[in-house]
Order: sequence, then structure tokens, then C-alpha cells
Amino acid sequence: MNLDQIIKELDLTLLTEPKDFSAVEVNSGYCSDLLSCVMTGAEPGGVWITLMAHGNIVAVAALLDLAAIIITEDAQPEQDTLAKANEKGVTILSCPKPNYFAVGKLWEMGLPAAEK
Amino acid sequence: MKSFLAELHIHTVLSPCAGVEMIPPLIVQAALDHNLNLIAITDHNASGNIQAVMGAAEGTGLSVLPGMELQTEEEVHVLCLFDTLEQIKSFQSLVDDKLPEIKNNIDYFGEQFIVDKTGDFIRREERLLLNSVQISIDEAYQAVTDLGGLFIPAHVNRQAYGLIYNLGFAPPELDLDALEISRHITPEEAAKQYPQIEGYPLIQSGDVHYLEDMLGINQFRIEKPTISELKQALKGQNGRSFVLKSGF
Repeated sequence: MNLDQIIKELDLTLLTEPKDFSAVEVNSGYCSDLLSCVMTGAEPGGVWITLMAHGNIVAVAALLDLAAIIITEDAQPEQDTLAKANEKGVTILSCPKPNYFAVGKLWEMGLPAAEK
Repeated sequence: MKSFLAELHIHTVLSPCAGVEMIPPLIVQAALDHNLNLIAITDHNASGNIQAVMGAAEGTGLSVLPGMELQTEEEVHVLCLFDTLEQIKSFQSLVDDKLPEIKNNIDYFGEQFIVDKTGDFIRREERLLLNSVQISIDEAYQAVTDLGGLFIPAHVNRQAYGLIYNLGFAPPELDLDALEISRHITPEEAAKQYPQIEGYPLIQSGDVHYLEDMLGINQFRIEKPTISELKQALKGQNGRSFVLKSGF
């Protein structure tokens, strides 16, 4: 599954710079709002669903080489956070619905859970 | 330079989770019993009992700093400490604007009492204080710093409302004065378990919800008990210094 399919299926809004998302393969999903858990639980190449919009999310996503962060409930990262994400090549997508909806949709699409 | 032994994280009966004994005269007595000469009053998102504790401490030699344990929108608890009641009042009005309007459920959370300096009931705080104020930790840092306060993330090692669990590490863009560790861990254990806190001064508090929680092991060598002096001591500047007396 590629990131473009996910963006279309979940009707996500891109907050960072555009890329060729059809070329970004996504291998798994992970959901948590505690960054310490994400650091040990998410997998490289996966998407991370969270309503945490604090700037530290960029460092975590860059560290783990995640395919994208999906921020739910329209939580808005600050401009500095988006600038840092662009600089690090981290993709941030926005979803108006809660974590449960985003996870449910991805599960329906057949995206497996990160297994760490 | 004078020596100040401090407990900088004390709740009163205004915090719904604090014991009924957390009234001004008993807090002051407990601090004096521990040979402390500096305390900070830090209720959850509130400051209504600080003046009463200051009143109770008058003439005892105990200095009382106005403070608050803020809960940010990331659900991180932070000690925000100030010099004056005017400063905490300014900060409180910012917090009040951003604290959700949810009524306290006394049966579930507990009473939130505002009292006088003898501990007598004045009124109840109706709004639930155990909630996230809708400001980010970065915005809160800016507001506290602009007001001249100290900004110390609380019990960073705790899974509930601790900086390390919620945000993974201290936001590098914030010049944090110190981090607080809880009483359940030694500074050495904390450094080993959480390498991301290296380089930050560590204070340690009892997070006093009951009188028996009073710890008071933060030892400052400073001229006087002010925020500016504490900041210099935490940074080890101008002959000021800070150490943790072993609490174990």
C-alpha cells in the first residue's frame, strides 16, 4: 500500500510539502499519543496516528524514518513544527476525525499493526 | 550567601487530590518541622490559596513563593514559580481563559477549597482543576519566562503527566531551568534510566499532597529567596549553587 492511497481513502489534508506519495510504500500503522511509546513501538516505514501536535513529533518521526504522521481531530502543529518537518523530510497529514476513525479506516484497508 | 532548604512542589486543599490537612498553618508547621526555609505552593492550574499560606508563614522565617502546577495541552505537568502575587495573578488569568469549563465532580475528584490563613473555609472552586489548560508547553514556557518566572517540568519520570513519557524528551528549543524528578527515584537512577535528561539540573520534590510527603532536599546557596537567585543557583552562576541533599 502506498501513502497516496491512504491520503485519498482517509481524505487527509497535507500540511507539509508535496512529494510523490504514490512512491512512498507504507508497511504498518501505529497509534499512540505518548511519544515515549511511539519511540519504542512504531516501525520505520509505518504511519503514526496521533492527536499530539507538539514539535517533538518531528524528531520522533525522523528518528524512526516513518512514512508519515497523521494528526487527528484537526490538532494544529505550529508553523515552526511544519518548517522543521519539511527540513527533515517528514510528511505530516491532518485528519478531522479522531484516532479511532483513522485507525479503523487503515485497518479496513488492510494495513497491519506495527509489530515490535 | 545563605543556605535555603526548599520544597518547591506543595499542594493545598485547593487541589482536589490533596489531603484535608493541607491547610496553611499545617503546611507551614510541616515545613518548619523539616527545617525548611523556602517553599513554593503549587496547586493544579490554580493559585487561590497562596496568599493564605504566605499569611500563615508570616513571622516564622519561612519564605513562600507563589507557584502553580500547570497541566499543558500535551498533558505535561510543569511547576511555574514566581516572585510576586501580581505575577501569578497575571499567569492565572491566562490559565483561566484556557481551562475548559467543566464542573468539578466532588465525589469522584474531591473538594477544591479556598481557605484563609487559619485554614477556615472561604469558598469552593467550582471548575474542575484537574484538566489540561489549552496552551502548549512552548506557549506556557514563553508566558512564564516573559513574566520572569521559573519553568520546571514536574516529575518528568512519572508515567502520568510526566514530560519524558508524553513528549519523549525535553523540547530542545526550550531553555528549561531544571527538571523535577519524583521522590521514587534517585538522581543517579533517573540519569541512567532516562539518558535524555542529561545536562539539565535536577530538583527533587515530594509533590506534597499530604503532610507526610514533605521532602525538602533542594539546597540552594543564594543571597535571598528570589526567582533570579534560584535561576543562578541552578546554573551555578555568580557564586550561587544548588545541590540535592540525599533523601535516601
